[in-house]
Amino acid sequence: MKRPSFVVYGVLAAFVLGSAFPFYWSYLVASRDNSVLTGDFTLVPGGNFFANAARVFDTIPFWKALGNSFIVSGTVTLSVVLLSALAGFAFAKLRFRGRGVLFLFVVATLAVPTQLGIIPLYMAMAEFGWAGELEAVIVPNLVTAFGVFWMRQYLVDAVPDELVEAARMDGCSLWRVFWHVALPAARPAAAMLGVFTFMQSWNDFLWPLVVLNADNPTLQVALEKLQSGYYVDYSLVLAGTTLATVPVLIVFLVLGRQIVAGVMQGAVKG
Amino acid sequence: MTAVLTRSDRERVAQTRSRSPRHRLSALDAKVSPYLFVAPFFVLFGAVGLFPLLYTAYVSLFDWELGADETPFVGLDNYRELFGDGQFWNALFNTFSIFLLSSVPQVIVAVVLAALLAVNLRGRTAWRMGVLLPYVASLVALTIIFGNLFGPQFGLVNSVLTTVGIPPIDWQANTFGSHVAIASMVNWRWTGYNALIVLAAMLAIPREVHEAAVVDGAGPLRRFFSITLPMLKPTLIFVIVTSTIGGLQIFTEPKLYDPSAGSGGGAEHQYQTVVLYLYQSAFQQLNLGYAAAIAWLLFLVVIAVAGLNFWLTRRAVR
Repeated sequence: MKRPSFVVYGVLAAFVLGSAFPFYWSYLVASRDNSVLTGDFTLVPGGNFFANAARVFDTIPFWKALGNSFIVSGTVTLSVVLLSALAGFAFAKLRFRGRGVLFLFVVATLAVPTQLGIIPLYMAMAEFGWAGELEAVIVPNLVTAFGVFWMRQYLVDAVPDELVEAARMDGCSLWRVFWHVALPAARPAAAMLGVFTFMQSWNDFLWPLVVLNADNPTLQVALEKLQSGYYVDYSLVLAGTTLATVPVLIVFLVLGRQIVAGVMQGAVKG
Repeated sequence: MTAVLTRSDRERVAQTRSRSPRHRLSALDAKVSPYLFVAPFFVLFGAVGLFPLLYTAYVSLFDWELGADETPFVGLDNYRELFGDGQFWNALFNTFSIFLLSSVPQVIVAVVLAALLAVNLRGRTAWRMGVLLPYVASLVALTIIFGNLFGPQFGLVNSVLTTVGIPPIDWQANTFGSHVAIASMVNWRWTGYNALIVLAAMLAIPREVHEAAVVDGAGPLRRFFSITLPMLKPTLIFVIVTSTIGGLQIFTEPKLYDPSAGSGGGAEHQYQTVVLYLYQSAFQQLNLGYAAAIAWLLFLVVIAVAGLNFWLTRRAVR
């Protein structure tokens, strides 16, 4: 196959530059002062980033928010992967009455905008005394329809029926079959589900904004507090967005190849 | 090993096993465990997904103020009020306007981008990562950055426009301008992601189909419209339906676009979307009954539009 012309590379390069530019702009403003916005336009970063970052730490509980985001996203990810693999294994490899109907139900719920139930959900959380607590943003997300669907699709082909049957013959309980046979086999799909779940949870905004408060926020909610007000100090706010972006950029640089593969695989399987 | 056992062998094994207590336990395991394995999903979905949605319909029949002692039943009054509420129709219009401005160009650009990525590129994984970069950005951070870029006074976009001789646009006060700005955030974030999904589907098209068309004398454009596009049909349906479900619930972008606007979506609500109006009604005006009516109506709209989309896309792309 012949190599494409430089026009193709040029268009793609322009697109990638456009993709990266807002990140760079955020760092640029954060590294100078607000004068970059009012006329002295430049694309060269200044030396004020750490001063602005220090002001971020004074204005919002940044480290607490960062810690909270890690706790929430970490717990949610672990739970989604485990519970989705468990249900996916049952749907893929075990025979039980109602399996077809139940799985159809899972697929149907993929399209249900459950976000629109936030009002009763908020009332329930207030009733439990979870309003303002991290449980409120963790518990509703412990397992997802997408996760179950994704793991089931993978496990159907990844684990031979004979293997499950052989393990059963040897006296393994279904739980042990899951733990020692299905879960190890599901590792690639589980890793991708984990990455996607983590990013989704990390970026979740509407529900945390509703149920958490400024003293105990996730990172996204803290950023919102940093920005709200009549006068916006952009070198401060964009220092906050830059700091919040660094962790996901690191994840992307390390796992980018797998994330790309995950997006493309999801398309073919889904 | 098990493959050589015949059916009657297996039954005999099962019979002898069921006699001992240990094997009765195993039979119980086979019967009950599958349900236990799928139970967490169904319990959780019932509790935090289905039940709240249904309860939303119930709440919408009451004059339910957050923290009030009494919540009188008002029947369909909330809906009656909602149908006469200009702000609701405005929000619905804004939502659809932003949705169209983001989904239509996005799908087209994603298909073109996928076609570019499908050729034999040097360093193709790096290019794929490059276009996926926006997908990992935090939505909140991204919205704040774009709000800055589209700032009416000192925004970079307006500076560039002025430099090339176009009069600056008030990307906040101007209704259409604000919709374009918000749609551009959605597009920036999702185009590359959708391009990769389309790319995967493109690469799955068997090479022989293209080769046969080449033999028949079809040029690249003809092949794109007569082979590639029709074979992308299921993928495009998937992309469009998912972007509908997400697009009609857009919240973060209009909420944070202009920090001084709060939840109103601009001074004249010129870019307030339905979910933003829902948020404002429920958690700032504390009018839960009314907000529930908004939520329930939007739920029906989302389901209807997703269904319609599915049907239309199936007909259009064949």
